[in-house]
Amino acid sequence: MLKYAVPLAIFALLGVFLYVGLQRDPSYVPSPLIGKQAPEFTLPSLQDASYPVSSKELLGRPWVLNVWGTWCAGCRQEHDTLLQIARTNAVPLIGLNWKDDNAAAQQWLRTLGNPYAVVAEDNEGRVAIDWGVYGAPETFLIGPDGKVLFKHIAPMTMEVWNKEFLPRIEAAKAGAAPARG
Amino acid sequence: MKLTGVLHALLAALLLAGSFPALAIDTEKAFDDPALQARYEQINRELRCLVCQNQTIADSNATLAQDLRREVREMIAAGKTDAQIREFMIERYGDFVLYRPRMTASNFLLWAAPVLLLLLGTFIGIRYIRKQAAEADSDSPEAGQS
Repeated sequence: MLKYAVPLAIFALLGVFLYVGLQRDPSYVPSPLIGKQAPEFTLPSLQDASYPVSSKELLGRPWVLNVWGTWCAGCRQEHDTLLQIARTNAVPLIGLNWKDDNAAAQQWLRTLGNPYAVVAEDNEGRVAIDWGVYGAPETFLIGPDGKVLFKHIAPMTMEVWNKEFLPRIEAAKAGAAPARG
Repeated sequence: MKLTGVLHALLAALLLAGSFPALAIDTEKAFDDPALQARYEQINRELRCLVCQNQTIADSNATLAQDLRREVREMIAAGKTDAQIREFMIERYGDFVLYRPRMTASNFLLWAAPVLLLLLGTFIGIRYIRKQAAEADSDSPEAGQS
């Protein structure tokens, strides 16, 4: 009996591993930034180059960084979801316009609507590299202490927002309140 | 007979020469100093282009690969060591960015697996042989029965 049980158990275990492997997305690369201090940046605003957008100003509250570009099809796909999220006023939504044409990006926001509190223009892609961005759209959640809490790679959906972002935002707000008070 | 052999060899050499891939994506040299250029190319060959996944940043012309090559070039120019440049990439993109994986606590089992499996196999093999030898010994008096 044991003679058959052992190979069968090994086979079943292998099956479980392979099955789990099939469900995983090989293009998803986990970010080493999770739980670490978010890289600081100061970049010109997309709409007004003389106005600097600095990550330091956002300390003390949770905020979301969304990396996008007009060349990115997934960004067009998630745009309506971002508008919907922005209307809830849960957190400031900061845009990082990655290696894009300024005029095209401004046109995009004018015609499709602007979900962002402010958009930083990363023309050279240096801030994107600091944040380990490799494929837009990418969305980061940053805590009040400036630590990266979560990263979503792929177009944002309300499902992901409600499941992954909102609970973390609420926890971060609850945790930050006594520290400030 | 001999001539056709030579011709075949020549033809094969010609075909091989023609099929050699274009190796450099960069059209211009990054450095005049050949030693620095060699380091630059070597580092690029060991870093993964994360958008194209199965290419190194030396093989790819994706904008991210271009940007990462620029970072490598600037860090070499600034006098950073190879290890510092690799660390810069790992901090941002994780171990996956390395084409030659490092041994870490989380993948230690993977590195140790060949040795462990070999030991396990040897152990099972020895036990099996001993068991067989023992059975053969006890069987030998009544060999005719089995």
